Amino acid sequence: MSEVKVLTEFYHLPEYQTLAGYKAKGGYETLHKAFKMQPQAIIDEVKASGLRGRGGAGFPTGMKWGFLPKNGEPRYLLCNADEGEPGTFKDRMMMERAPHQLIEGMIISAFAIGSNKGYIYVRGEYVFPIECLNKAIKEAYAAGLLGKNILGSGFDFDLDVYRGAGAYICGEETGMISSLEGLKGQPKLKPPFPAVQGYLRKPTIVNNVETLAAVTYIIKDGAQTYRKHGTEKSAGTKLFSLSGNVMTPGNFEVPLGYPLMDLIMKEGGGMKPGRKLKAVIPGGSSAPVLTAEEVAKANLDYESLAGLGTMLGSGAVIVIDDSQCMVDMLGVLTHFYAHESCGQCTPCREGTGWLNKVLHSILEGRGRLQDIDLLIKVADNMKGKTICALSDAAALPVLSFVTKFRDEFEFYVREGRSKVKGTTYAEMHH
Amino acid sequence: MFKLSDSGLAAVKSELARYEAKESAIIPSLYIAQKENNGFITPDIIRHLSQVMDIPEARINEVFKFYTMFNQKPVGKYHVQVCTNISCALEGGREMASHICHELGVKYNEVTADGRFTVSKVECLGSCGTAPMMQVNDTYHEKLTPETAMNLLRGMK
Repeated sequence: MSEVKVLTEFYHLPEYQTLAGYKAKGGYETLHKAFKMQPQAIIDEVKASGLRGRGGAGFPTGMKWGFLPKNGEPRYLLCNADEGEPGTFKDRMMMERAPHQLIEGMIISAFAIGSNKGYIYVRGEYVFPIECLNKAIKEAYAAGLLGKNILGSGFDFDLDVYRGAGAYICGEETGMISSLEGLKGQPKLKPPFPAVQGYLRKPTIVNNVETLAAVTYIIKDGAQTYRKHGTEKSAGTKLFSLSGNVMTPGNFEVPLGYPLMDLIMKEGGGMKPGRKLKAVIPGGSSAPVLTAEEVAKANLDYESLAGLGTMLGSGAVIVIDDSQCMVDMLGVLTHFYAHESCGQCTPCREGTGWLNKVLHSILEGRGRLQDIDLLIKVADNMKGKTICALSDAAALPVLSFVTKFRDEFEFYVREGRSKVKGTTYAEMHH
Repeated sequence: MFKLSDSGLAAVKSELARYEAKESAIIPSLYIAQKENNGFITPDIIRHLSQVMDIPEARINEVFKFYTMFNQKPVGKYHVQVCTNISCALEGGREMASHICHELGVKYNEVTADGRFTVSKVECLGSCGTAPMMQVNDTYHEKLTPETAMNLLRGMK
């Protein structure tokens, strides 16, 4: 095993969910340290750590904080716990097993950016994680760790959980802000960025659960210690959610730069008996798929995956074995994005629906050979033309699946059945 | 004509007082009303919430229609939501969903004749490492097979 447990060291302890259990392992000691620092020094330390947002976009956290106006205007800290990217289940584990870790990270971050009010926006389906967070927040208030004059520091911070209601797009930061404002969760045009004009048009920082939890460890041990893990440009450890056709799926914390094949074969226990690795989606469903040959060359860091034309995203590694039909799997993804488009931008609203219809006409045996190129053409025309990245997220899997596994698509069109499974879509699923 | 119970009304008012913008209370209030109406929202409910919250019906309605967790028609006592997205699909989630419907004798989103179950296919529920899975009301059930899923449902009275 090659896990490096920085964030997840005590996740196996049930008592770590409680304030007493968290404190017994040094919890909230870093908060005392942070209150003795200048807010700018915390921001500088986070910048020096090289921490990049762990939700998917990978934007440098300290730099994002630095975009806040210096005019002392009230500002909000929002924790993005919407976690809707298919394949991703790491934030759920963090909220269930270590809610105080997130709360401590949020208090330190709020102190650094001068925010007195925070929300944790959790996807609506996560009822149990919401219960865990609410219980921990109640404990923290009772212990004087939230509310007025925290630990006698003179700093006030109120924290609340907001339950979403089932919309993938609310994981996009401006969509999340719209939702919190009581609107449809539709993204907003940027600029202005949330750091300048966010929740209720006030300066707002939106960070992912894992990002905020990591802040505590950066302040506790210092940026340079944190940088000992990972690569120069992709610093620290990262939680990877491993799922699909592997023996032992789960969440694994490894240093950035860790070989993708090792994650699958060592942490994930390898492929199931008699099966071969066919492909991997390395960063959540919107990341372009890698072939088995490309997987062998890939490391789990932002640069290595970008070099292979894909992305680290949320760290969701979805493993596909040789028994799977890539046309069928792409059908799952096109259906998802067509279902989740918020409908605001025409290229996305129409494009996702079009991709899904064309793909399903192929799956149902009504495809034409020119439909394969039509998929590519439509997907190409969806990229970079909308308010948010959902359109790109829908297009990228289509382009990569069709390009890298074109023989399966052509076979399906010609024969009206799957090259891999030998059956029609109806036979596969009904 | 739907009306919130006294405790439901108090909960909605508490949500209204909680946020700087009262519209932020729409989603929490829809949850409260849906729970009081056996799991679904009607135009009556939107009208009632509009009066209670002093927010136009159209404003509440657009939020209600946007989010998938608010049901627009009746559901069974147990709402069985089977994940069929990529990680669950790779591990047999779609076959499990079909099996459950077949065993219960319903199509997707229909209520069983005894009013106990509605089966829906849903998108990723963040349980990808423990696929296939289903959510029954608020509870996740993971690492299922078609048979273990049905055994669980048969045990629900």
